[in-house]
Amino acid sequence: MRNMNLRESHYIIKKGTILRARNLTDLEKVFEIALEGGESLDHEPGQFVQVSLFGVGEAPISVCSSPTKRESFEICVRAVGKFTRALHKLEAGDELGIRGPFGKGFPVTILEGNDIIMIAGGLGIVPLRSLINYVIDNRRDFGRVNILLGFRTPSSMLFGEEVESWQERIDVEFSCTVDSVGEEQWRGNIGLITSLIPGVNLNPSHTFAAVVGPPIMYKYVLIELLRKKIPERQILVSLERRMKCGLGKCGHCQLEQYYCCKDGPVFRYDQIKGLKGAI
Amino acid sequence: MKYLILKKGRFNQFISLLSKKHKIMAPVNKGYNSSSFQEVTSGEEIALKYIPTILPPKKYFMPQYETILEYDTRWGQNMNAVVEYEKMLLFGVHTCDLAGIQVLNIVFSERPKDFNYLVRKNKILIIGLECNDYCDEYASCGMMHNTLPAGGFDLFFTDLGERFYVRVSTQEGDKIVEQVNVFEDATAEDQEALQDLREKKQKIFQNEVGIDYHDIPNLFEKSVESPVWLDLGKRCLACGNCTNVCPTCFCFNILDELNMDLKSGKRIRMWDSCQNEAFAKVAGGENFRKERAQRQRHRYYKKFKFNVDRYARFFCTGCGRCSRTCMAKISLKETLKQLVEENILK
Repeated sequence: MRNMNLRESHYIIKKGTILRARNLTDLEKVFEIALEGGESLDHEPGQFVQVSLFGVGEAPISVCSSPTKRESFEICVRAVGKFTRALHKLEAGDELGIRGPFGKGFPVTILEGNDIIMIAGGLGIVPLRSLINYVIDNRRDFGRVNILLGFRTPSSMLFGEEVESWQERIDVEFSCTVDSVGEEQWRGNIGLITSLIPGVNLNPSHTFAAVVGPPIMYKYVLIELLRKKIPERQILVSLERRMKCGLGKCGHCQLEQYYCCKDGPVFRYDQIKGLKGAI
Repeated sequence: MKYLILKKGRFNQFISLLSKKHKIMAPVNKGYNSSSFQEVTSGEEIALKYIPTILPPKKYFMPQYETILEYDTRWGQNMNAVVEYEKMLLFGVHTCDLAGIQVLNIVFSERPKDFNYLVRKNKILIIGLECNDYCDEYASCGMMHNTLPAGGFDLFFTDLGERFYVRVSTQEGDKIVEQVNVFEDATAEDQEALQDLREKKQKIFQNEVGIDYHDIPNLFEKSVESPVWLDLGKRCLACGNCTNVCPTCFCFNILDELNMDLKSGKRIRMWDSCQNEAFAKVAGGENFRKERAQRQRHRYYKKFKFNVDRYARFFCTGCGRCSRTCMAKISLKETLKQLVEENILK
């Protein structure tokens, strides 16, 4: 067996340096990363990267910052496994590896000129934050903008200060709900995210919906959006699957005929409607 | 195209001479009606009549375990991309396995290209060997239209009794012929003998399931909710044997291995199986193909539907390895027969 260096390989990582790292909660940590040589990641909102730490491995992580910010990007990571716990140990100045961005994100050029309703449940705010901030940074290019957020409890809310700044904007319709409240202070809505949709005033033929949340959420949110008469091809969902290679080959993220890492993770609802196991 | 004859009496000489120039991998009898591709240096070692080898020649194109990066973290996240390869000549590849290699070529050539695969592919010469007879009851190469040579080789051998009929298909194949000067030109008589054999084969190799090749994707389109999948799920042991021996299964996992210094190591790629329980499980705990029935259905749909839509090619070659190796006696032919029957009854 011979061994030869490969100049071209899609497994080659780009080096990234952590500029800032901050904890959002006990479980979630945000890293701001700059690529070597000042290279821009140049992602679409909704795309993901493979984050690499040699000796530990790689994991697919959504980019949670808007591509309008060119010089660095952010990822938000919940510590749940071996890789993410190792990642959480990193601080500003540490180096990691990046491959990507991968997949199809939210088609922002198609969304422009339309009303947009962005719906996130739980950790779904992480990938959707990229689109929300993109829309806000290019606010004039969009019609009416609605943001609906849902969290399990007030303390599980992520990006609290930023969420507050969205709420305060005069050019964004905003509502937020929590499933339940314990001892905490909470003056907002209590109930499932689906309860926020009926009250939204929208013109369905000119509205795109972008939905990101846990698998269980989609089914019920879709019912409400279809009830609002938003066309199926104007509903965009981001689906989580296990992405190992990011190249549409390794098979882990396969969803019937689609590779989530390449054909998704953002799909139009009419693409995946009726696909077994999609929603 | 060029056609030659190799007399059987000179076959051993052919392999011996060839082995001085090339590392030859060929089917070798391993007993218990099994054989395996391995290195040979003489013609006597080669099983000229063999049923599909335990592992398909896929193992040379897509090794079970290969290094894709070498890393060193002493001064940051430094790495080198590498490819492991070996120059070799495969002798005796049946038409089902040639089809399997063609499938892998398509998958790994599709953009983004897999350069590790493509480098290796270009270092391997292929000599095909025709099946004159059926291997056993597990094969379905008749249904899958894989009984005749359809490209994917440099030379192709057909056994005509006391001689091999040899088709020279590529320039590289012609170089092999020149390196080993043991061939004669084929005559009209040889050509006729080949035609006779092919006609005889048409009678032997029948469609094993009774569904037309072109109707198969349609059958699967209608079988999404079939109870057949639940039945397979109950019998399947989730061992992954079927995917390991499949000539077209290409799923893999990527892992890091650390050296003893705990600083350097390699990122490796190894075969994985969609039949393993954790294959589609994500970090949050959700498993998108938790049930064995879902995973078996997924395997069949990858062979007969998803990839057919994607690459305009069946990902089942009809080699029968999955059925031959299954401990739970899950038979691909039987599964398809059941689906056909269900659809007739509907």
